[in-house]
Amino acid sequence: MRNITTMIQRELGAYFLSPIAYAVSAVFLFATGLAFGLGTFRNGAEASLRSLIEFWAMLILVFVLPMLTMRLLSEEYRSGTIETLLTAPISETEIVLGKFLGAFVFFLILLGAMLLYPILLATFGPVDPALLACNYIGLFLLGALYISVGLFFSACSSHQIIAVLLSFAFLALMTFASQGLAQTVEGWPRALLQHVSVRTHFFDFVRGMVDLNHVVFFLTTTALFLFLTVKRVEMRRWQ
Amino acid sequence: MIQVTNLTKRYGPVLAVDDVSFHVERGGVVGFLGPNGAGKTTTLRILSCYQPATRGSATVRGFDVFGQSMEVRRLVGYLPESAPLYPEMRSREYLNFRGKLRGMDSQECRAAINRVTERCWLGEFIDRPIGHLSKGMKQRVGLADAIMHNPEVLILDEPTIGLDPVQIRETRNLIKELGEDHTILLSSHILHEVEQTCDRTIIIAAGRIVATGSPQELRDQLSAKARVVAEVQGPIEEVRGAVQGLEGVLNVEATSSDGWVRLAVEPEPQRDVREALFRLTASKSWTLRELRREGATLEDFFVQVTARQQQAVIHTDNR
Repeated sequence: MRNITTMIQRELGAYFLSPIAYAVSAVFLFATGLAFGLGTFRNGAEASLRSLIEFWAMLILVFVLPMLTMRLLSEEYRSGTIETLLTAPISETEIVLGKFLGAFVFFLILLGAMLLYPILLATFGPVDPALLACNYIGLFLLGALYISVGLFFSACSSHQIIAVLLSFAFLALMTFASQGLAQTVEGWPRALLQHVSVRTHFFDFVRGMVDLNHVVFFLTTTALFLFLTVKRVEMRRWQ
Repeated sequence: MIQVTNLTKRYGPVLAVDDVSFHVERGGVVGFLGPNGAGKTTTLRILSCYQPATRGSATVRGFDVFGQSMEVRRLVGYLPESAPLYPEMRSREYLNFRGKLRGMDSQECRAAINRVTERCWLGEFIDRPIGHLSKGMKQRVGLADAIMHNPEVLILDEPTIGLDPVQIRETRNLIKELGEDHTILLSSHILHEVEQTCDRTIIIAAGRIVATGSPQELRDQLSAKARVVAEVQGPIEEVRGAVQGLEGVLNVEATSSDGWVRLAVEPEPQRDVREALFRLTASKSWTLRELRREGATLEDFFVQVTARQQQAVIHTDNR
C-alpha cells in the first residue's frame, strides 16, 4: 500500500512537471467549455449537464484520457527506467495500480474544474443535486475504464504515439461503434458487442439512474484491463 | 555472496548466456569482462531480478533471484547500463522517490540523500532537474540511487561508460572505496579498468565464461605460454637445428630477412629459455641483436581467449 502511495505521488508529480498534462487540461476544459457554452448555457435550456454529458463528455474523454495515459508505461520502456522500477522492491501490481490511480487522481482534478459549469447554471436556475451526483458517478466510472484501457495499451508499446492511437481506436470502437456493429453480425459476437457498448451502459447515469448492472460492468471491465496490464508488464520481463 | 549455477538465457533463437557458473565471495570488487554482446548485461539483469533465466539458478546471500525476488531486490543496489532516470525530476526528488520505494521514511530518506550526495560528489547538482545534467553527473545520480539503502551487494553495469577521463578516475576510486564494505560485481568491456579496480576478473565471451582469476593470475596463465623472440646472424638451418636441440624448447619457427634469422621459440610452460639461447649463440659466435619474451599483457590474453571462443561458436554454427 505504501508503495502504491509512493507511485501515485511520483505520477502526479510527473504530470505537473510535464507540458503535456497542461496541454491536455487546456484541451479538455476548452472542449467541455465549448460544448457547455453552445449546448447548455442558453435561454430556455434545462439547468443540467445532461446535453454536455450525453455525448460530448464521452467524445472528449475518448481523446483526452489516452493522452494522459500514453506515457505512463511506454515512456518507462523507451527510456529504460522500467529496469530501475522492476528491480526495486515493488510488485508489478503495485506499479500498475499506482500509475492507474495517479492518472485517476489527475482526472478527478479535471472533473473538479468541470464543477464550474453547474455552479454557473445554479445562478440562473435550480440544479438537481441528485442528478448531478449521478452524472458524476457515471463520469468517475467511465474515466476509470478509459484510463485502464489507455494504461494497457501504454504497456503494449514503447512508442507513446502507438499507445495513444491504439487507445483512441479501441475506445472509439467500444464507445460509439459497437452498438452499430452489433446489428451487422449474429449470435455471440452480437451479444458481446452489445454488452461492451459503453454508451449504452453510460446512458442511465446521464438520465439520473444508478443501476448496479452498469456499475458492475464498469468496475469489472476496469479490473480486467488492469489485470491485463499487470500480465503484460510481467510478460515483457521475458523478452 | 552471489552464486550462479548453470545459468542459461535465450531470447528466442538467440543464446545470450550459455550455461554460466561462477560465485562471488563477500567483500571486494569482481569485474565481469567481455566484448560487447558477450552476455554481461543479460547476466547482471538476471542477478538484479529484472529478467528471469531460461535455465539454471542464481542466488544472492542464499536468496533465489526468481523465487525470493523481493528479498534479493532489498539486498542489491543495481545501476543499469547508461543509468536510466526520469529527466523531469530533480535529483533530490528522484532519490527521495527511490528511497521511499525501498521502505525508508522521510527522515531516513533525507539522511541517506545527504550521505550519498557527499559520497558521489553531487553537490549543488542535487537540486537540478536531471534532464539538465551531463552524462557523467547522471551516472553519479544513478550510482547514488544504487548505494542509497546501503546494500550488501552492488551490481554496476558499465559504470564508467560515457564519462570523461577525470570522471572515470573519480568513479573508479569511488568503486574501490565502496568495495571496502560492499560486495561489488561490475561489468566492463575495458580491460584496463577491470585491471585497475577489480580484485578478481571473470572473462566472458559469446555467453560463456572463458577465464577467471585475479588480474595477476590471469597474467601468470599468460606468461606461462609466452614465446621468446630472437634475432641471430647465422646460417638459418644450423641455427634452427641448434635452438630446437636446446632443453625445454618445444617448437621453433625461423624466418630469414636481410641476413638475419628471426626466431620465434615456444618453450615448455613455466620455462625461461633466454639464458640458454644466449649461451648457445655466444658459443657459436653468432651475433645476437634481439632477445625478448613476447609481451604478456592481460590485453593479449583477453583478445586471445575471446577470439578463440568466438571462433568456436562459428564452428558450431557451421556444423
